[in-house]
Amino acid sequence: MSLPVILFVVVATATAVSAVGVVASRNVVRMAVWLLFTLIGVALIYFLLGAEFAGAAQLIVYVGGTLVLVVFGVMLTAHGPLRELRTRRAEWVIGGTLGAALFVLLAAVSLELGTKEPHTAPAPGTGQIGLTFLGVTETNPPGNLSGVPGDKPIARTRVAYLLPFEIVSVHLLVVLIGAAYLARAKRRVKP
Amino acid sequence: MTELGLTPFLLLAAFLFACGVACVTVKRNAIGVLMGVELILNAANVNLVAFARFNSGFRLDGQVFALMVVVLAAAEAAVALAIVLNFYNNHATVDVDEANELKG
Repeated sequence: MSLPVILFVVVATATAVSAVGVVASRNVVRMAVWLLFTLIGVALIYFLLGAEFAGAAQLIVYVGGTLVLVVFGVMLTAHGPLRELRTRRAEWVIGGTLGAALFVLLAAVSLELGTKEPHTAPAPGTGQIGLTFLGVTETNPPGNLSGVPGDKPIARTRVAYLLPFEIVSVHLLVVLIGAAYLARAKRRVKP
Repeated sequence: MTELGLTPFLLLAAFLFACGVACVTVKRNAIGVLMGVELILNAANVNLVAFARFNSGFRLDGQVFALMVVVLAAAEAAVALAIVLNFYNNHATVDVDEANELKG
């Protein structure tokens, strides 16, 4: 047992237990706390995979931003009977069966893929990811673009992820303006 | 097992995905459904980053797409919470079973 394996077992167990807690707990506030632990666990998994920037972004954007939004939603809506809505037993059976069947299917596909060894090239750092977002595709070692194995020659394109990056940023702006418009306090017009 | 392979990460992602789907189907609170969607997106993200680590062809793309998914999840949460708050203001409930006015 090497250190990464032990770390993975600990973090993955914590993440899976927290995910089960999200599904099983009836109180919305407790669900939010379990979701917090799940998201932190996923960020630790990113760190284990050598994706430091993705893990940091997960911590900042997800745990610091999205989860705060969700907690605000919980606080604004959860009082009285709404905090604990009961689910019927038949719905539990259907949902549990669906989840178990999906897990079996995905696990079968995953096991069929076989265990790959990590490639030796170091994971791309923050600077490389940033350059990719800006449309620069020169990578070092060269030839690590989408779907092309490292040892094959490729035809480089000029624009890597500039257009998706712009689309995502404009989309985020539009969505936030729309959310603010939807959630604004309505002013009642007196007759 | 001495070295960490691809399969454990895929299994963890599959488990998170199954939990998310069960959460979406079982919860009656709209915000609970939203949390299930967050779980599903995180499972997909774990898959993307794991393949970026273990497949040399997707070394950069997996992380880039994971970052895009994180940003889009933030946007989705903002819109969903705005809709839930609007629904709560109009109907004084967040039970998704009550949202049946558009039923044919």
